[in-house]
Amino acid sequence: MNLTLKIWRQKNANDKGQIVTYPITGIEGDMSFLEMLDILNDQLITNGDDPVAFDHDCREGICGMCSLYINGEAHGPDRLVTTCQLHMRKFKDGDTIFIEPFRAKAFPVIKDLVVDRSSFDRIQHSGGFISVNTSGNTQDANSIPISKNAADEAMDAATCIGCGACVASCKNSSAMLFVSAKVSQYALLPQGQVEATDRVLNMVKQMDEEGFGNCTNTGACEVECPKGISLENIARMNREYLSASLKG
Amino acid sequence: MATLDSKIPDGPLKDKWTNHKNTIDLVNPANKRNIDVIVVGTGLAGGSAAATLAELGYNVKAFCFQDSPRRAHSIAAQGGINAAKNYQGDGDSTYRLFYDTVKGGDYRSREANVYRLAEVSANIIDQCVAQGVPFARDYGGLLDNRSFGGVLVSRTFYAKGQTGQQLLLGAYSAMNRQIGRGKIKMYNRHEMLDVVIVDGKARGIITRNLVNGEIERHSAHAVVLGTGGYGNVFFLSTNAMGSNVTAGWKAHKKGAFFANPCYTQIHPTCIPVSGDHQSKLTLMSESLRNDGRIWVPKHKKDVEAIRNKTLKPTQLSEEDRDYYLERRYPAFGNLVPRDVASRAAKERCDAGFGVNATGEAVYLDFASAIQRYGKEQAHIKGLNENDDALVKSLGKEVVKAKYGNLFQMYEKIVDENPYETPMMIYPAVHYTMGGVWVDYNLQTTVPGLFCIGEANFSDHGANRLGASALMQGLADGYFVLPYTIGDYLSDDIRTGTISTDSPEFEEAEKSVKETINHFINNDGSKPVDYFHKKLGKIMWNKCGMSRNEKELKEAISEIAELRAEFYKDVKVPGSANEFNEELAKAGRVADFLELGELFAKDALQREESAGGHFREEHQTEEGEAKRRKEFQYASAWEYKGEPKDAVLHKEELTYDNIQVKERSYK
Repeated sequence: MNLTLKIWRQKNANDKGQIVTYPITGIEGDMSFLEMLDILNDQLITNGDDPVAFDHDCREGICGMCSLYINGEAHGPDRLVTTCQLHMRKFKDGDTIFIEPFRAKAFPVIKDLVVDRSSFDRIQHSGGFISVNTSGNTQDANSIPISKNAADEAMDAATCIGCGACVASCKNSSAMLFVSAKVSQYALLPQGQVEATDRVLNMVKQMDEEGFGNCTNTGACEVECPKGISLENIARMNREYLSASLKG
Repeated sequence: MATLDSKIPDGPLKDKWTNHKNTIDLVNPANKRNIDVIVVGTGLAGGSAAATLAELGYNVKAFCFQDSPRRAHSIAAQGGINAAKNYQGDGDSTYRLFYDTVKGGDYRSREANVYRLAEVSANIIDQCVAQGVPFARDYGGLLDNRSFGGVLVSRTFYAKGQTGQQLLLGAYSAMNRQIGRGKIKMYNRHEMLDVVIVDGKARGIITRNLVNGEIERHSAHAVVLGTGGYGNVFFLSTNAMGSNVTAGWKAHKKGAFFANPCYTQIHPTCIPVSGDHQSKLTLMSESLRNDGRIWVPKHKKDVEAIRNKTLKPTQLSEEDRDYYLERRYPAFGNLVPRDVASRAAKERCDAGFGVNATGEAVYLDFASAIQRYGKEQAHIKGLNENDDALVKSLGKEVVKAKYGNLFQMYEKIVDENPYETPMMIYPAVHYTMGGVWVDYNLQTTVPGLFCIGEANFSDHGANRLGASALMQGLADGYFVLPYTIGDYLSDDIRTGTISTDSPEFEEAEKSVKETINHFINNDGSKPVDYFHKKLGKIMWNKCGMSRNEKELKEAISEIAELRAEFYKDVKVPGSANEFNEELAKAGRVADFLELGELFAKDALQREESAGGHFREEHQTEEGEAKRRKEFQYASAWEYKGEPKDAVLHKEELTYDNIQVKERSYK
């Protein structure tokens, strides 16, 4: 396959940035998208140019490090995959591919396609935990029976990988899907009940302070989420937030 | 120079840990506030240690090279975590978990450490459930278990195929609580580039901020490394792209002995290499061997036809297939331990029976599982058990519920539907049992320098059993290190803050900067990956699943030559004071190029076959690994300049509570 890549290049956070065009040849369908970028970088380095910076680590769709906005979609055209799991067989010879970073006010660009998602961490610091000591002196695991249904639903919410595709896909740059997944996981489990009120209030407050936008129920986040996190989580967080506000 | 003292407490095996905890020195809570601890790495070991140390009251500084602690590669562990809970009532016990682990490790692990691991395993599950980890449950609301290779009980707890992710997010949440309270200061996108020794004690580290390139000095009263394994020395492995040996290797160069580097786990069920562009390999969980049957064709003519695509594997009749694991190991069948399964796959492929174009793939087939489950479902539902189409569709649903995410992953990568045609798999580098040598307290041969999780060497011997890595990481981080480090730190309550202005910090920073400047100013012609791939090929071909004297000797000289070429001809673009991934990679590959040589030297010295280390000169008539009594020790290497000059120290391994037997799964 021969392709034309149009890639966002930005030297650092203060640089204005621009789209630069790179032709690339000899790409095979069995290559992953990131392996295609490896080949481009290999050529750039050999020619004495600066390689394209992008985040990646596990390359099996679980660490949440890779991002990329490909042809206007977070993680590209395939569904339920991260960019590292996207394969070139989804493209055809002669295609032009636009590659941009995840864009949001709360995700400032570090370099090229690399963005700073530490705002997600700070939201978790504000309440994404159960305050239990890690000494191991707790009760036996089976002394808290949890219905299979609740455990499975909590697990579905907990599979969020924190990549930020939801934010990048949202016209408001809202982080509601991300925050609600964590709030839901604990709201569905008895262990999470004790701190439920403070948790949802604090996490939502931090989310707002980081500069994420509001939710207007367009549902783009759910469509683009590589882990299929459901919009129901947002509904659940709204209920949790309302009841916490009334109590609080 | 330090000598090897494993500091195993006296007394009967089952009382050692309790007695030790009762007698070691503690630091009072008020004094803990005056003590700083550095934790490098935020996977299961590092993350859980950072959280627990902070909770105990120490001031913790935690470091990771990723953009968030949640991304450490523990997150990719799929199948589960072992614990001797005996919830299934199938005869499990602390002793049995201990026994399975020592036997699985081919009698090359330290007895007292393994027993302690088994002892605290049950606590891990309690801890994680209290933290809100959503383990799988049965309909009665209690925890569910599954089975893994090399054992005869069901003791593996799991959260779908994402157990590592859920456990890591549990440790991350515990860290977040402490970060929020200001007890952990978190440094994301920071890479440790050296450890600083002051008056013979580890007192800090030098890091590079990966965003702006700044070189920083960080001091503490103790340094803990939880930096994972070194599988990426093979270039292609199931590790994350960034996984590296740098922290452990720098510690080694500063006096920490490095133990058993040649013990590598090559996991039998990974997706085969598809071409030269390949950047990493993907694991298919061991849990698949509960239901999948492994085979190759019995006749060469069928192999040829399959490779030419004139024959489909599904067209081959039962009698023309060789289910070689079931044939060779009737007792454990497809669930033999990883080292045994991997070698058997290599044996068949070397004999010319590999089923893809490269000749390096075998089939993992779910057709009989689909049939079996389908018939069962038809029976339960009162439907026609002889309706093939119906049985198949019912069976597929069951398989999908069990392994759906893995099948989806396979299909995305290979572009074939594993419900319709057997998966193709081949062994790949997955885990390293070797690592920094530590004593019973998890302290290295450098006082004040501790090493936990996969980065150390202690618990798995020559082969790790499935679902035991998560167990060890969390055991070390939550329950072992936080106690044992207190014994060391109790001498430091009056020390006060460690200054970073000392000549030792100055010297370490200078040497880090010199290396960086060398790479940046080196006017070479080839990118870092060129050398990394070359190193990987040498390692895989000559230090891989089977090793012999001639090739190991070749590997040693080839790696040394490659290292010289690397320093002369590597090309690193950009500058030192910016985000520069190539520069970070260059530093990591430089360390792999040294470790690789020590790895080969260790493999050459160990003239026996044990677990993941198979020497062709030492095998039984049936081709099984042959252990030798005179090698019943851990090899701890002391750094003396070039890897070839490393000096061997032996820690003799004694087994007083388990009989050393031939390890058989037949």
